[in-house]
Amino acid sequence: MNPELGQVALILALLLSGLQCALPIIGAWRGSKPLMATARSLAIGQFVFVALAFGILMWSFWTNDFSVAYVAQNSNLSLPWFYKLSAVWGAHEGSLLLWMLILNGWTLALVVFGGRLPEAFFSRVIGVLGFVAFGFLLYMITTSNPFLRQFPIPANGADLNPVLQDPGLVFHPPTLYMGYVGFSVAFAFAIASLLGGELKSTWVRWARPWTNVAWGFLTLGIVAGSAWAYYELGWGGWWFWDPVENASFMPWLIGAALIHAQAITDKRDGLRAWTLLLSIFGFAFSLLGTFLVRSGLLTSVHAFAFAPARGIFILVYLAVVVGGSLLLYALRAPKVTGGKSFALASRETLMVIGNLMLTVACAMVLLGTLYPLVGEALDIGRISVGPPYFGPLFLILMTPLVLALPFGPLSRWGKADLKVWRNALIRIVALAVAAGIIGFIFGARGWYQLLGVTAAVWVMAGVVLFAIKRWREAPRGKRYPFEMLGMMLAHFGIGVFIAGAILTTSMSVEQDVSMKPGASVDVGAYAFRFGGVTETQGPNYHAQQGTVVITRNGKPVVTLHPQKRTYVGGQVQTEAAIEAGVFRDLYVSLGDAIGDGAWSLRVYDKPFVRWIWGGGVLMMLGGFAVILDKRFRLKRAVEPETVRAKPEPQVPRKLAEGEA
Amino acid sequence: MNEVARKPAARFVPLIVFAALVAFFVVGLVWNQTHDARFVPSPLIDKPAPAFHLPRLNDPTRFVTKSDLLGKPYLLNVFASWCFACGDEHPVLMAYRDKFGIPLIGYDYKDAPQDARAWLDRHGDPYHEVIADQSGETAINFGVYGAPETYLIDAHGIIRYKHIGPLTPDVIAKELEPKIRELEQEGT
Repeated sequence: MNPELGQVALILALLLSGLQCALPIIGAWRGSKPLMATARSLAIGQFVFVALAFGILMWSFWTNDFSVAYVAQNSNLSLPWFYKLSAVWGAHEGSLLLWMLILNGWTLALVVFGGRLPEAFFSRVIGVLGFVAFGFLLYMITTSNPFLRQFPIPANGADLNPVLQDPGLVFHPPTLYMGYVGFSVAFAFAIASLLGGELKSTWVRWARPWTNVAWGFLTLGIVAGSAWAYYELGWGGWWFWDPVENASFMPWLIGAALIHAQAITDKRDGLRAWTLLLSIFGFAFSLLGTFLVRSGLLTSVHAFAFAPARGIFILVYLAVVVGGSLLLYALRAPKVTGGKSFALASRETLMVIGNLMLTVACAMVLLGTLYPLVGEALDIGRISVGPPYFGPLFLILMTPLVLALPFGPLSRWGKADLKVWRNALIRIVALAVAAGIIGFIFGARGWYQLLGVTAAVWVMAGVVLFAIKRWREAPRGKRYPFEMLGMMLAHFGIGVFIAGAILTTSMSVEQDVSMKPGASVDVGAYAFRFGGVTETQGPNYHAQQGTVVITRNGKPVVTLHPQKRTYVGGQVQTEAAIEAGVFRDLYVSLGDAIGDGAWSLRVYDKPFVRWIWGGGVLMMLGGFAVILDKRFRLKRAVEPETVRAKPEPQVPRKLAEGEA
Repeated sequence: MNEVARKPAARFVPLIVFAALVAFFVVGLVWNQTHDARFVPSPLIDKPAPAFHLPRLNDPTRFVTKSDLLGKPYLLNVFASWCFACGDEHPVLMAYRDKFGIPLIGYDYKDAPQDARAWLDRHGDPYHEVIADQSGETAINFGVYGAPETYLIDAHGIIRYKHIGPLTPDVIAKELEPKIRELEQEGT
């Protein structure tokens, strides 16, 4: 009975989303307060029904209801309880439901925190989100229903894909989706402003905290995914330029660009059209990601759902949402040019360089990801492009950004003081060179490592100089507002990330060895001694467990137990054993028995690998910190009637002085 | 960007670019439904394979040259650990390696040797021998578009057949096997 209730809840949510799309937008258009007032209750109602459906699916997993096909395919009686619950989003149908729940969650957050937005604008935003929800619910109900029953009822389930049986899975999809879907808010703000013919760009300030939070979650999701790949895939890699990784990376790049474009529009009223476009593209790339993963167009380790009907539906949806938005943009983008002028040497210029590099990088990733498709369309066969394409190009594109990065915050809006630049440049170069020399003394050899250290310090030194400058120049209590703090955290995180990425790539020692029990191998300064393999039993798997004792200069460091698991479904999964540390990871993964008691083992010494994720976490915190800034607190509606009753003030804006 | 906003026509540019992209997707989807075997004429068909001198993946100190492989026909399969389509092809190679009747040589393309070894360890090694072209320079002479690609080279070192993209049971049955049989008949 329960699964049918879930089904009904989804259908009710679909109906509500249709209303949520239509009524508030019509209300805003006709200036009808009663219609606009439906926005809140419709959004809440939809949330309740989607949450109900989600809860029912979770309950079906909890109670091992294998009459539900989706549960039978993705769970098993012996699956530990936390994986049973996270298995809800372990495959296609359930992850869509999670997508929906998160979309409704964001909408609900808007209802709670956006109450002081002008009524008409708020109604349009909720209406646009209703449209997004309508498409997804329709998609789910028509092609990907998680509540389908099957008879006869199997006695046991097929088990969750073992790759997904990792704490990473518990966090990775929800955080990633928080980011993906979060861009729908910035998108809805942009579309609402186009629909309402906003002439002012005040909406950008309202959108900024939402964009920052979404981007923060997306960062966290990507970090979690990268860490998950590192643990579970057994290759010790942290980024593969896999199509699905790219699918999450593209909105991240656009999001980073959008955050900066919004800042320019908010503070200087410039780049208005660009901000609109990025808002649309940020969400478009989120949808594109879903399309690429779900359509089976690109083969990938993630492509667990291949069904043409689904691909076609998402394609049509994508065409309607993005095509419609771009058409709206073409027809209604602000006709009035504006923005305060800025000199060539200014903070704006530096931020535009950053924006350009981020969007070009996104285009580069898009091209590489779609290359197999283009190849087919042009009749030259299916071809994968991999790290040899992405790695060098990304590095080239990010170089100007990294070079410019420390100077952005140090420059003034409008026109930068060249003396400040010169002084900063001297200090940053001095610090970066000093770091390179220190790195050399500590044993960094090879230009790549030295370059990594100097680039990382280049970025971090910029942040430190900025902090000192603010300390000296700004009055107490106003030195580091949250917006600035967020920027500093995120920029510093980039420095940490650069150090981690380049040092790990260049200094890792990796060895594939075959060892008999008692044999030993030296990797870097460490000796790995193989103690043989024993059998062990887990809740839903049988494992061969190796013992590897690691010593340094004869002193024991740690004993690791890598496993090779055979799950009840018959799938084999390696489980690397990792001794994690701030400065290095020691990583052992168990290969195959070669005979004579010998095993193939993969042993890695990975310096600074944690810094990659540490940098990501700092960037995320930066995104989150920004929302605490007073700038984004919506002013108390002193005269609620005048603010709320009128639709947008349609006063033509005075041409801004001096166009760029 | 202000420039863009001023010219109405320019504002349609994003829409047009997007429409082109959607068109590509549609072609891709349709293609996926209708095409399987792919054939691209290569200018190197029936021409001598380029000379090469490449290290073995599992023993980089020992090299393999074109002349080492002369005397009997063989298949040269271009792959890489970073190549996703190669993952699709891999089970097919595992299943057919002993059915071809001629050696299957792996050509590891633009790949870090340890990554390639890890990949083969993980999925299984279908090859009788693997040579590594880390820089990809020799691959240019072969006219490699990208991985995966498969070359059939006869006993005299002549390229007789080339397939771009993953080998599938269908391609093997309809194209590759007949070519191999042809070579066998020439040999007798």
